[in-house]
Amino acid sequence: MTQHQTTASPGKHPAAIPFWRDPDKLGIIYQALALCLVSLFGYYIFSNTQANLARQAIATGFGFLDNEAGFEIGEKLVQYSAADSYARALAVGVLNTLKVSLLGIVLTIALGIIVGIARLSTNWLVSRLAAIYIEVLQNIPVLLQLFFWYAIFHDTLPMPRMSWNPLPGIFFNNRGFYYPIPESHPVHPWMLGALVAAMVFGYFLKRWAKERQDRTGQIFPVGLSITGLILGLPLLTWLFGGTPTALNVPELSGFNFRGGLNFSPEFCALLLGLVLYTSAFVAEIVRSGIQAISKGQTEAAMSLGLRPNRILTLVILPQALRVIIPPLTSQMLNLTKNSSLAVAIGYPDFVSVANTTINQTGQAIEGVALIMVVYLFISLVTSAFMNWYNKKKALVER
Amino acid sequence: MSQQTTQHRKYEARPPIASVGVIGWIRQNLFNSPLNSVLTIIIMAGLVQLLPPVTKWAFIDSVWFTSADVCKDTSGACWSVISQNLRFILFGFYPYDEHWRPITSVLILFGLFWLSYYRQFWSKKLLYGWLVGLVVMGVLMKGGIFGLVPVETTQWSGISLTLLLSLFGLTAAYPLGVMLALGRRSTLPAVKTLCVIYIELIRGVPLISLLFMSSVMFPLFLPEGVTIDKILRAQVAIILFTAAYIAEVVRGGLQAIPKGQYEAAEALGLEYGLKMRLIILPQALKVVIPPTVSILISAFKDTSLVIIIGLFDIMKTTKTTLANPEWMGFSTEAYIFIAILYFLGCFSMSNFSRNLEKTLKT
Repeated sequence: MTQHQTTASPGKHPAAIPFWRDPDKLGIIYQALALCLVSLFGYYIFSNTQANLARQAIATGFGFLDNEAGFEIGEKLVQYSAADSYARALAVGVLNTLKVSLLGIVLTIALGIIVGIARLSTNWLVSRLAAIYIEVLQNIPVLLQLFFWYAIFHDTLPMPRMSWNPLPGIFFNNRGFYYPIPESHPVHPWMLGALVAAMVFGYFLKRWAKERQDRTGQIFPVGLSITGLILGLPLLTWLFGGTPTALNVPELSGFNFRGGLNFSPEFCALLLGLVLYTSAFVAEIVRSGIQAISKGQTEAAMSLGLRPNRILTLVILPQALRVIIPPLTSQMLNLTKNSSLAVAIGYPDFVSVANTTINQTGQAIEGVALIMVVYLFISLVTSAFMNWYNKKKALVER
Repeated sequence: MSQQTTQHRKYEARPPIASVGVIGWIRQNLFNSPLNSVLTIIIMAGLVQLLPPVTKWAFIDSVWFTSADVCKDTSGACWSVISQNLRFILFGFYPYDEHWRPITSVLILFGLFWLSYYRQFWSKKLLYGWLVGLVVMGVLMKGGIFGLVPVETTQWSGISLTLLLSLFGLTAAYPLGVMLALGRRSTLPAVKTLCVIYIELIRGVPLISLLFMSSVMFPLFLPEGVTIDKILRAQVAIILFTAAYIAEVVRGGLQAIPKGQYEAAEALGLEYGLKMRLIILPQALKVVIPPTVSILISAFKDTSLVIIIGLFDIMKTTKTTLANPEWMGFSTEAYIFIAILYFLGCFSMSNFSRNLEKTLKT
């Protein structure tokens, strides 16, 4: 090959391209250089850290996780006491993060859809109010909103003795939000079972209805019947289980309430702040998603003779969802990440617990690494799920 | 002919009174369907319930320039918490006699923003103006030359710290973000992998974990005896964080440029650097100006997080004021004041980006 080239054009053209002009060779050189730089930088940091740790006599590794934590956590979903290990404390933190994130995501999507649709309302007042809501909440840092709500819940609400009592059994005071729960009864597990059964049955009903519609063209009222199933089956179980109506109502005893369940002011402030802030963004996403669907789609569906609710569910929503889902995913992730601001108002989420752990043990590297790994894991799982859902909803072309 | 039309106009039927003017507008926008009528009435009732007490609290019963004792006796808002502590809230621990320096810096900044708002001023000169402005601001704040008293960075606080962190953060993150975006689009597998790992890693974790990293881990990374101050460390964390987001925005711009542009540049014999610098980036960066402004907005809002690692930004100075027993309990007023400041900043920026989007589209 080279011989052929040299014989074909002796002297005029160089036999080979010099390496500094050959993109392939340059590419290899650049990559080697980049890798060298990164690993040198990594080695530099690593050796410095090693020296510093050795000097400060800090042990490395995750062995500290088995030690006794020695601090209490105010809110927990699982059993935990100060005598438990750091690992368990961190797990409590993760569960708290998940609790506020999941609840927050559900509420955010619901509120965001309502505000987004309100923004498009033909009623001037409604759309103005929605616009003000969106602009104000988007443009104020979420941390400030958290402080604001925390101040309201913690400073402005009355003492337990003078609780605000809007409905019987429901109390707002500066120790939190108290509400009654049904007294435990043997029928409750059965009701849960009935709910699951209704969901499973509903799923198969939907498949059967779709298959029948494809075959015969007959429409089965799926939405209505599934709603009926999900509400009705547990209700029936409750009726047959002896209709227990006893409630565990919170009551003032001494300086605080006993009974019922409660949300702490920290949790309320965090949830409210995150939901209001993120729902403003979700509302904008929903609005632009609906506006992205051209009017011709609605008109075409109308001329086919579809009814308004069918136009929405069969024509507009499936197309709007395609526009909405990717940015919605990133807002859900933002909410989860922003829940780490809990540390500023004292809700024991994962970052807060990890921060306490770092301060107590001095294991800064391990602590920060744990924070990053946990959030990365949550992010990856969420985006994997949403990508799967997005793919399901995506336009199937040839 | 003209007479005919005037005569004709005389008999022209006027639209019914209920469909034009104020009544028409009300009917069309507030009562155009049963549902809308109900909504209008509910909202009106709510506003009537809500607005008078809020107005009374904020404006009529409120006190503005009094001492804390007067505040405790009024039923309205105590705006005195702002007016009596304004200089501390805005400038924090910056030496009291030197407050003209942060004021000048902030004014320079507003001037530059004002110039950038109008597109006829957009030129290379403005870019250099920004660079010079940033340097002047830094020198003004730091001092130590031209007879200015040096001020330690630990004393930088309040609004100047907030603005400095967000501005320098974005300025430094921008080139880094562009490089990361180019790296992610690169055909070289090693470079691409490194960039993807960096971008996804940073975007997957909350900013607060990076700030923790900067406050507890950076000192461990440095050789013995070398320390960098807390503000710079937080600034580095913000830069690293913002760069990943800018990289994704710029990548979007790069993808929006048609392939023909790349091929045309290659056909002209431009090598990679020239191709990007002369053909691709000028187009791609212009496309992504609006999303870049939204990143600036979030960077501005995110600087409030430095309070968690103990820096005195405007939020922390406010909280410090509120921790003073004299002013305790007026947090609502103080938070509303800061919220208005943040709102004005963010709203004007987002308005700017919205207008820009409109003009760039044409």
